[in-house]
Amino acid sequence: MGKVIVGHISEFPERSGRVFRMGSLELALFKLSDGTVKAIENRCPHKHGKLSEGIVCDHHVYCPLHDWKIDLHDGIVQAPDQGCVNAYRVEVDGDGEVILFLEDGLEAKVS
Amino acid sequence: MKKKLVMIGNGMAGVSFVEQLLKLNPSGYEISIIGAEPHPNYNRIMLSSVLAGDASMNDIILNDWHWYRDNGIRLLAGQEAVAVDTAQRSVTTSAGERLQYDDLVFATGSLPFMLPLPGADKAGVIAFRDIKDCETMIETAKRYRKAVVIGGGLLGLEAARGLINLNMEVSVVHIHGYLMEKQLDETASRMLQAELERQGMKFLLAKQSDAILGEERVTGIAFKDGTREDADLIVMAVGIRPNVLLAKSSGVEVNRGIVVNDFMQTNVANIHAVGECAEHRGMVYGLVAPLYEQGAVLAKRLAGAESGGYHGSVLSTKLKVSGVNVFSAGRFAEQPGTKSLRVQDDLDGVYKKVVFENGKVVGAVLFGDTSDSSKLFSAIRSGKDYTGSEREVLFGPAGSGGGGKGGASTADLVTAMSGDEIVCGCNGVTKDDLAHAITEKGCASVADLKACTKASGGCGGCKPLVEAILTATLGADQVAQAKEGICGCTTLSRDEVVDAIRKMRLTTTKEVMHVLDWHHPEGCSKCRPALNYYLGMAFPEEHEDEQESRFVNERNHANIQKDGTYSVVPRIYGGVTTPEDLMKIATVAEKYRVPLVKFTGGQRIDLLGVKKEDLPGMWKDLDMPSGYAYGKSLRTVKTCVGNTFCRFGTQDAIKMGVDLEKKFERLNTPHKVKLAVSGCPRNCAEATIKDLGVVAIDGGWEIYVAGNGGTRVRAADLLTKVKTEEEVLGWTGAYLQYYRETANYLERTSEWSLRVGLDAIKRALEKQEDRDALNARIDKTLELTKDPWKEIIESDSLRSAFETLTSPAGS
Ligand SMILES: Cc1cc2nc3c(=O)[nH]c(=O)nc-3n(C[C@H](O)[C@H](O)[C@H](O)COP(=O)(O)OP(=O)(O)OC[C@H]3O[C@@H](n4cnc5c(N)ncnc54)[C@H](O)[C@@H]3O)c2cc1C
Ligand code: SF4
Ligand code: FES
Repeated sequence: MGKVIVGHISEFPERSGRVFRMGSLELALFKLSDGTVKAIENRCPHKHGKLSEGIVCDHHVYCPLHDWKIDLHDGIVQAPDQGCVNAYRVEVDGDGEVILFLEDGLEAKVS
Repeated sequence: MKKKLVMIGNGMAGVSFVEQLLKLNPSGYEISIIGAEPHPNYNRIMLSSVLAGDASMNDIILNDWHWYRDNGIRLLAGQEAVAVDTAQRSVTTSAGERLQYDDLVFATGSLPFMLPLPGADKAGVIAFRDIKDCETMIETAKRYRKAVVIGGGLLGLEAARGLINLNMEVSVVHIHGYLMEKQLDETASRMLQAELERQGMKFLLAKQSDAILGEERVTGIAFKDGTREDADLIVMAVGIRPNVLLAKSSGVEVNRGIVVNDFMQTNVANIHAVGECAEHRGMVYGLVAPLYEQGAVLAKRLAGAESGGYHGSVLSTKLKVSGVNVFSAGRFAEQPGTKSLRVQDDLDGVYKKVVFENGKVVGAVLFGDTSDSSKLFSAIRSGKDYTGSEREVLFGPAGSGGGGKGGASTADLVTAMSGDEIVCGCNGVTKDDLAHAITEKGCASVADLKACTKASGGCGGCKPLVEAILTATLGADQVAQAKEGICGCTTLSRDEVVDAIRKMRLTTTKEVMHVLDWHHPEGCSKCRPALNYYLGMAFPEEHEDEQESRFVNERNHANIQKDGTYSVVPRIYGGVTTPEDLMKIATVAEKYRVPLVKFTGGQRIDLLGVKKEDLPGMWKDLDMPSGYAYGKSLRTVKTCVGNTFCRFGTQDAIKMGVDLEKKFERLNTPHKVKLAVSGCPRNCAEATIKDLGVVAIDGGWEIYVAGNGGTRVRAADLLTKVKTEEEVLGWTGAYLQYYRETANYLERTSEWSLRVGLDAIKRALEKQEDRDALNARIDKTLELTKDPWKEIIESDSLRSAFETLTSPAGS
């Protein structure tokens, strides 16, 4: 495990999700309008909606099933709903490769 | 040098006092507030609404963090005041901070009273007092089923209602024989009980709790009479006691509450108390209206302004449970020397009781119809003598026709109110505050007033009165229609947004949000799809459809199902297919191992349970156009056999249906649109519960509109009768385009036609030239549509979005 190149930035349409799968892990990756890429578990804490299919508004995604709103920075569900999903660190390198950090210690901190 | 004011408690009464103080004397004090809860000031009353799902936590914040900063107030949130040194004039907090004060205010509220039952310390036993309790209930409801609420008073019933909305089973345990005995008499209470039982509440009356059962977590409750009730959650709502511990240990005089005089001063110099923690003339109040009055007096005191002091309050209550109107005020129980006037109507479930003493109204109870509440409450407070005309209080002057309403009109009431009388008890807003907001700040609707003064933002009970004051001040013509934005991102209505799009030629959602000052830079899941639709409707050629603003179904061109799989529905015009097409569909279903094949309600074949990755492949293999079963768009045109085979048929319903479907397929509409065509008035295609239905008659066609077979079934209205097939297409095009141009996004034709009125629709379509113009516009739009399945199959980049990313092997 560790760093994984998941693709090139050009494969990520702005403000839409892409699904990344590795073993049993399924993540939703989003390119925000500021060009950064965010990764969270692809499973809504409510009834397991596929977050990759949600509408993205700045750094939030709305679950397609029942409209829960989740912060892509930290995976925290926004009030009035509650809960969180794991969020992972993603970086885009100089060549535009999208790198996902999967090492335990490097998971984006859910504050 | 500014004087230092320290307030302990960041609750409703305390912060209201600070607001008043800031108004009277903005620069007199350097203010610090110590608040044990980790939140800014919020509306505790509204916790019931949060629990019932009518408001979100965000909605109930009264003053956000900015407010404290902007007013130079230091808020020590999440810290508790633990000691007060009256000699040194300092307060110490749980985080070890020491604050000096010149004036100290206790606003520590109260603590919920927890019955000292054995087992009361188990997990799952809580009170209903703050955000934390509310969150616990919401969280618990996700995992458990059965709740018991102890206490059949105001708070207990509101908690119970909320828990029902959270899908829990709820039993309310009450020690008395009837509910809300402090606010209601037995008659009103029984009516209330019946209504709440209808809403799904169960009652265990005259029950004394004995012990709470369970190991770690509660599993039930046992009563003194030997019976038991299962419970996964127990909410105790049996009362409150003033939170006075800190005051007492600081040497401040405490009886039941912190003892204060008419100016909210305690026995210790420079120490004051307001709110539920204070005891004034032997009374401790547990409702906000009196607490705001106390705050106003204290604010004047500390600002050095004149005030007559606080003289106690008359209480009134309202239960915040939807569908139930209950009001009670003053001394409503009959006593020696009182007389009461009663109206009881079991048929309509209305009960009214007004209690008089020496000709004055001293109390009232209303159930079912609470429209007289403001009037009665004002009559109680004014102390007016009604000797000889008691009946007028409820029935109006003799000869005015009687009836439930009447009496002094609301307009008279408004005129009679003094300026400093509180209109909105929840937020302490006076008549003068409202008048000021209307005349000086230009508020012209209840919504404006709510935004500006918070009036009616609490329990909503004062809304009629706020409206009346608005009307009295502005005159009825000036009162703007209450205005609600299309979503939380804007206050603009649909029409204003569409107008702006047209006038300023806005062509992207981003532009709209920017120009119209959206609160959130990229909108939300409600406005983005709506704006995308409005833009496409207004400028079909210029607007580039924004995939990222579309709901998942329309982005993936298939229906998302609850497990994240999709369903694929090929277009089958008019419901007519061929053996070849059926075979093709069968082959594809087998190849992709489609777990379920079924016919839809609109006579189409539904292939359910398809993985997202498989969608493009299936579309390619099917090689049929998309059936649009996923879109806010024309779905299906259902047809009967018509005269092709049917012995009753008078016209060719199949051809009519196929023609309609071919003409209008792929059209974006505000919501889904379903059509049907029947070959004779027997109406086998059920055309009269469709958005548009066509029924053949001898020598012509009837066109029905705005029907619905969905959640709210509605029979369609007859729009017109025509002779030729061409006319059917012309009317349909005009009707659909008029709907596209005037409906709110996500408004079905049935709701839309009720809102704008069938007559208005008929008028808009009456003239041939108007219909032609509408058709010209719809034709333009239709010309530009493309089949999405085909588009995706043909474009690598579009198709790649359906593929899953995987990690390169070995990394
Ligand atoms: C669910 C619910 C529904 C209600 N509905 C209604 C209604 O419909 N109508 C109505 O009029 N009233 C209603 N009430 C009652 C109303 O909310 C209270 O009367 C009002 O909030 C009391 O205001 P307060 O400022 O005195 O106390 P609070 O609002 O309770 O504020 C006191 C604050 O002080 C803090 N505090 C206490 N001790 C310390 C300390 N040592 N250091 C720091 N902070 C401390 C507490 O944490 C609390 O936040 C309702 C109450 C609840 C719980
Ligand atoms: S509606 Fe009339 S024409 Fe159509 S199938 Fe029924 S009976 Fe036959
Ligand atoms: S599954 Fe995500 S909101 Fe319901």
